Amino acid sequence: MNLLQRVNWLGWSSFVSLLLVWELVARATPKLELYLPPVSRILGALGRALAAGSITQHGLVTLGRFAEGYLLSAVLAVSLGALLGYFRAFHSLLATLIELLRPMPSVAIIPVAILLLGIGDAMIVSVTIYASVWPILINTIDGVRNIDHTLIDTGRTFGLSRWRILWEIILPGASPYIVTGLRIGLSIALILVTTAEMIAGSKGLGFFILDEERAMNSANMYAGIVVVALLGYALNGLFLLAETYAMKWRHGMMARQAA
Amino acid sequence: MPILDVQSLSKSYRQAGGESTLAIGNITCQVESGEFVSFVGPSGCGKTTLLMSIAGLMAPSSGRVVVNGREVHGPPRNLVLLFQEYNKSLFGWRSVLGNVRFGLEARGDRSAAAENEARKLIDLVGLKGFERHYPWELSGGMQQRVAIARALAYEPEVLLMDEPFGSLDALTRLELEDTLLRLWAELKTTIVFITHDIEEAIYLSDRIWILSRRPSQIMQELKIEFSRPRHQVTTRAEARFMELRNDIYRQIGNQGIS
Repeated sequence: MNLLQRVNWLGWSSFVSLLLVWELVARATPKLELYLPPVSRILGALGRALAAGSITQHGLVTLGRFAEGYLLSAVLAVSLGALLGYFRAFHSLLATLIELLRPMPSVAIIPVAILLLGIGDAMIVSVTIYASVWPILINTIDGVRNIDHTLIDTGRTFGLSRWRILWEIILPGASPYIVTGLRIGLSIALILVTTAEMIAGSKGLGFFILDEERAMNSANMYAGIVVVALLGYALNGLFLLAETYAMKWRHGMMARQAA
Repeated sequence: MPILDVQSLSKSYRQAGGESTLAIGNITCQVESGEFVSFVGPSGCGKTTLLMSIAGLMAPSSGRVVVNGREVHGPPRNLVLLFQEYNKSLFGWRSVLGNVRFGLEARGDRSAAAENEARKLIDLVGLKGFERHYPWELSGGMQQRVAIARALAYEPEVLLMDEPFGSLDALTRLELEDTLLRLWAELKTTIVFITHDIEEAIYLSDRIWILSRRPSQIMQELKIEFSRPRHQVTTRAEARFMELRNDIYRQIGNQGIS
C-alpha cells in the first residue's frame, strides 16, 4: 500500500470541514470572539508564539517533566510488577494496597503532593509517576503471571538462576502485556503533567493554557491546546513506532494465528 | 559407572481433595554413557513425571536420581530436557539463531565464536537459511528442530526427550527420527526418550523399558539389537521388528490402553 492509499481521506475531509465551519461561524458572530476565535486567528497566535519562542519554552518544560515522570514510572512499575508477579508472597503482601489505591482518580493526590513537596517540579513529576505507575504495574503483573510454565521450566532445565529466568525469559515473555501498560501509562502521564501544571505551575503548557485563559487571550489559549494536542500526538506516534520495531516478533505471530 | 542411575524412584501427587495418588510406583534403572534408551507406556502412565523428576524439575517423593555420580536436587548442569510442546518452549522473541544461541549463553558462552557454533548446529539439524526467521514462521517439525539444536548447544551429556515428535505428522516424524539418530551418532550424547509410539521406540533405541499404567513400574526391559545406522524401510521391515512390536503391544495392550 502506498502513502496516498493509506491516508484516510474521508476522515481528514470531515476534520477540515469542521475547521471551516468553525472559521465561518466565528467570523459571522463577532460576539463569540472571546469563546471561539476564528481558526485563522488561533493559527496566527500559534505562529507568533512559536516565533517568539515562549510557547516552545513552555513545551520543553512540559516535555521534560513528562519524560522524567514517565520514564521513572516505567522503570519503577516494570521492576515492581515483575517482582510482584513472580514472587507470590510479595504479591499477597501488597495486593490489598494496590486494589485500594488503583481505582482512586490520581488527580486527587495532587493536593497531598503540594502539601508534601510544594509547587515545584518535584511535585509535578511525582504526581505523574504516581498516576502512570498503575496501568504499567497491573499489566506487568498480569503478563508475568500468564507466562506459560513450559517456558520457565525451559529456563530451569538450561540451568538458569531465578534472576536470569526473570530477566531473560519472564520479562520478554510478558512484554506484550508490559507494552500495553506502557501505552496507557503514556497518555495518563501526559494528562497528569498538564493538570498539575494548571494547578501549581509557573511554567509549562498547562500553566500557559490556564494563564492565557485568565488573561482572556483566548487565541493564545487555543494555541496552547493545539501544542499539547500535537505533543500527545507526536509522543503516541513515537511510541507506536518503537513498539512496531520492538514487538515485530509478536505482530507476526498474531497475524499468523489470526490467518 | 552408569551416567544416569535412577534408584527406587516414586512420586505421589496430592490432589485437590487432599488425597494423594501415586503416579510413579518404584522405578529403578541405569543408563550407560552414549546409550539411546526409551520408555514406552500407555498415555497417562506418568512418563512426563518420571522425566521431570530425572531432570530435577520435580522432587521425587522417595528414591533418588544420580547423574554422573552426583545426586540430583535441582536441574543438573550436564543434562537438559526437551519438551513435547516446542511451540511453548521456544522463545518467540528470539530468532532461530537467537534460540540456538541461548543454549550456548546458558552455559556461559557469549563469545563471538558462539555464533559460529550456533550456525553449525542449525546446519546440522537441517535449518540452514532459516537463521533469521522467528519460530512462528516455521512448521512444527522445523520448530522442534530448533528446540533440538538449542538443547544440543548446551552440550548436555544426557538429553531427555519427552515425546518430542508426538504432535508431528507421520512423515515429519520419520524425518526427525533419522535426524536425531544422525546427531546422536555424531555427538555421542546419551539420550533418554519417552514415547507412546512403540515402533518409534524400537526404531530408535538400544534398550526399551516398558512401563505399566499408574502407578507406573518397569514391566520389562528389552534390548534392541538391530545394526546401526538404521533405516526406516529395511529396519522396520525385519521380522524381528514386527515380533518386538507385537510383543510390546501385547504387554501394554493387556492392561488396556487408556
